[in-house]
Amino acid sequence: MSETKFTPIIGLEVHIELATESKMFCGCPADHFGMTPNSHTCPVCLGLPGALPVPNKKAIEWSIMLGLALGCTIAEHSKFDRKNYFYPDLPKGYQISQYDEPLCVNGKIVVNGKEIRIRRVHLEEDTGKLQHTEIDGKKATLVDFNRSGVPLVEVVTEPDFRTIEDVDAYLKKLQQIVRYLAISLADMEKGSMRLEPSISIALGDGEVTDHNLPGYRVELKNINSFRFARHALEYEISRQTEALTRGEVPQQETRGWNEAKGISVLQRSKEDAQDYRYFPEPDIPPMHFPFEEVEKLKKRLPELPDVKILRFINDYQLPEYDASILCETRDLADYFEQAVQVGSQHSLTPKAIANWLINKKIEIITILPAELIKSVVESRMTTKVSSEEIENIITEVIKLNPKAVADFKNGNANVLGFLLGQVAKIKRGVDSAVVKKYLLDKLG
Amino acid sequence: MNKITLTDEEILHVAKLASLFLSTEEIEKFKPQLISIIDFISKLSDIDTSKVLANTKTTNLVNVFREDKIDPERQLTQDEALSNALETHNGYFKIPAVFD
Amino acid sequence: MNLIDLTLTQALAGVRSGKFKSVDLVSSALENIAKYNKIYNVFLTVEDEKELLSQAKIADESDKSLPLVGMPIALKDLFSTKNLRTTAGANVLKKYRPVYDATVVRKLKQAGAIIVGKLNQDAWAHGSTGENSDFGPTANAYNLSHVAGGSSSGSATAVALGMSLAATATDTGGSIRAPGAFSNLVGFKPTYGRVSRYGIIAMASSLDSIGHLTKSVADSALILSVTAGTDPYDATTGTAEVPNYQDLLKRTDLKGVKVGVSPEYIAIGAKATHGMDPKLEEKVEEALNKIRSLGAEIVEVSLPYTKAALEAYYIICPSEVSSNLARYDGIRFGQGRDQFGAEAKRRMMIGAYSLSSGYYDAYYKTAQKIRSLVSQDFAKAFKEVDVVFAPVTPMMPPKIGENINDPMALYLVDIFTVPVNLAGVPALSLPAGFVDGLPVGIQLIGPHWSEQKLFEIANVYEQATEWFKTKPKIANKT
Repeated sequence: MSETKFTPIIGLEVHIELATESKMFCGCPADHFGMTPNSHTCPVCLGLPGALPVPNKKAIEWSIMLGLALGCTIAEHSKFDRKNYFYPDLPKGYQISQYDEPLCVNGKIVVNGKEIRIRRVHLEEDTGKLQHTEIDGKKATLVDFNRSGVPLVEVVTEPDFRTIEDVDAYLKKLQQIVRYLAISLADMEKGSMRLEPSISIALGDGEVTDHNLPGYRVELKNINSFRFARHALEYEISRQTEALTRGEVPQQETRGWNEAKGISVLQRSKEDAQDYRYFPEPDIPPMHFPFEEVEKLKKRLPELPDVKILRFINDYQLPEYDASILCETRDLADYFEQAVQVGSQHSLTPKAIANWLINKKIEIITILPAELIKSVVESRMTTKVSSEEIENIITEVIKLNPKAVADFKNGNANVLGFLLGQVAKIKRGVDSAVVKKYLLDKLG
Repeated sequence: MNKITLTDEEILHVAKLASLFLSTEEIEKFKPQLISIIDFISKLSDIDTSKVLANTKTTNLVNVFREDKIDPERQLTQDEALSNALETHNGYFKIPAVFD
Repeated sequence: MNLIDLTLTQALAGVRSGKFKSVDLVSSALENIAKYNKIYNVFLTVEDEKELLSQAKIADESDKSLPLVGMPIALKDLFSTKNLRTTAGANVLKKYRPVYDATVVRKLKQAGAIIVGKLNQDAWAHGSTGENSDFGPTANAYNLSHVAGGSSSGSATAVALGMSLAATATDTGGSIRAPGAFSNLVGFKPTYGRVSRYGIIAMASSLDSIGHLTKSVADSALILSVTAGTDPYDATTGTAEVPNYQDLLKRTDLKGVKVGVSPEYIAIGAKATHGMDPKLEEKVEEALNKIRSLGAEIVEVSLPYTKAALEAYYIICPSEVSSNLARYDGIRFGQGRDQFGAEAKRRMMIGAYSLSSGYYDAYYKTAQKIRSLVSQDFAKAFKEVDVVFAPVTPMMPPKIGENINDPMALYLVDIFTVPVNLAGVPALSLPAGFVDGLPVGIQLIGPHWSEQKLFEIANVYEQATEWFKTKPKIANKT
């Protein structure tokens, strides 16, 4: 019996909470983590009768920049739409989101050498938060609207993932890009980056294209870390594969991941699927982004990780491994480049500095690049030598090499290297820059 | 001319979409009324609009934004935010348990 | 001195000249409220008497420079008033006290107006007669057994009975113009976006226009000069400048004014449940003749898509209503959704239906296309004429309870008014006489941002006919 091939087909929907000062449609502080409940609200984000939304310009610019960083085409015409459904954490009974004219479409990202297509990047508002509890022995739910109205960018890929490793790599890369743009902390544990994968399994050999995707897919919710994502995907792939092996087609449904129990449970079946009745948001005029405006935003993009890594490889003669680690964050990459600048004055190679940074876990926040270089230099001096001793050694070398000294005084600068070597013969490990300085002083 | 029909299930469906829970009496009462209204609005299908662009613009405005600044004028205190709620608990709105 | 006999303009002049005091005006308003409020069912909430008189005293002691200093004004109960109950005429909000003021409320207060109270209306503004209020209908100031018109029913009767000198209102499909016409008042609807909607309980977001009811055109212009303008809290208000609306006395006749009349518009009157009332039609014709005699040139214009406007409106409006009423879930404010009245439930269901999967294209999207066509109709017409003349409603004010079991009959009251909301243009209803003691109104419609011209033309007609001088014979039954 031949082995049936099961191929996981995975698409990812990632929500990123933007770190703007104010919320998406009102001027309440967007900072909500750990705040006193319902202390950061206003008529707009609380959904009070009569309140109206006005969009946050920066949130829109940042979303477009993310789209550009992901190689997307920016829509010339875009708008907001109402997504209508009822839930206690949704104060207006609709979420202002984007339906058929999102800000960005058709991007791509390369992950583990594979191209993943970005279907769209759009902007919407976050909901409030529910907390399930028990009060006086009775189950109840508590609602906090501090988070209601915070801007969320949604990044949706095509179902181009085939392995969990690629999903993991994508999440890390997307997080890195977002952090490079400094538009969000993108922290999964704190909820500023959220994942909803869709998984199905394709049977048989042959390539899976857009035209022969499996006839169902399962959406997973409640995944709060990269680790949970791996567990959930492993479980789900296994669950679906088993069903298919039994000759059953898995149901199209939404399932919630329970990390504690290590299982996914049905949340919403296809029949219960929501009819969101999208229609254009009448309270917000449409948006128009002419080419010149988009170009301006493009210029505001920082050098992105992939480009920086290549440049580090070329400019600093670093292996890819080193470059990748140094480019992990902009802060580290910038730090490295500053250290290289200072280090060049002490004949330290970029590679040497890279080694130091990579292997020694330097606290780049507290230690300035100049200070780091100083430590590196000092450590290379395997012997601690006092100024007096250096003077004595140099005096000795000058005494022992009168011809060389005369040559130098006659204009032969190359002799300096020879003299430095003589010093080193007597005492290894003294910083060459220091010795040079003393020598030149002495020689006049 | 096709006469519009509306089953009880369809009425319950749109009621559910609007988060309304109708009694059997209400379904009975609303049925003929809804049918006559839908019949009326369905007359639009008599007009050929195939070449017309749907206009959702009510103004000529475009790109109306606000700066990313905190607006202290409109911010509510916790008390104000909770002031009209039926039930609250320790600064939260309280509702009967909802199961995800 | 009785408030019922004064226009806002006269009252303001009187207070500024020292002829009377704001305290007198407020006292008269309170007296009329005490006498007639219960009978006519006008106010849902009246501000505390001591508070009102104290505000009047402050006005009297001021330099009286504020535009509405010491003037008693009332608000339709859709307007959020901080700490003052706001119900939208609905049981769901019978206990709701807003924690903020609507922008228009703030502006009126800053202009020195004294907010007397909150007025009865069709619940959620769903209605054209006032009979859909969860708190009982408001009676017509001119005849207790007839409707005041809706949805701004209380707004009309309050002004007509001297309970306030002006009343704010909203017009989504005719809700200011119909009660204006039924109550011998000027019912003004500005260009969509001219006046901020922030803080006003939304009915249909793309159709709601914020206006007011007054005794005279000059009064109407005065109120608009206070309420109009850009609001950073309402993204649909734009940046159009606010002209000096009160500068309208320069025109003394209608020479050179082209007034359009549309045969299609007249024809749709026949669609109403009993067709167009012939006595009303006669009065409307009289008004048109009067306008002609004042020097205007009457020009025929074509508005072909008027015939589809009402259907399109009753798709777009309930669709937006169904979405706007979704926030009333009883969690942060209000009673539960089971407290919604029948009309609200009907509209939410029709709205959900029109937007639902499989129906969106046939209903909502098609309605928006008709909307484009209606807008284009008006745009073309206004290339030929300055204003379009039309009736306001196809019938005289019905008796209370006459149509209550027939929602469609009530929808058809809006037949002449809804095209205006679809196009977002300004319009007003103007007193044009009486039939059997009940008021008749006519409608003037202008292009976008033509409020000033509308006031000018309306003012000429008003001064030539002086219908506002007729006062209601008030019922004294208790």
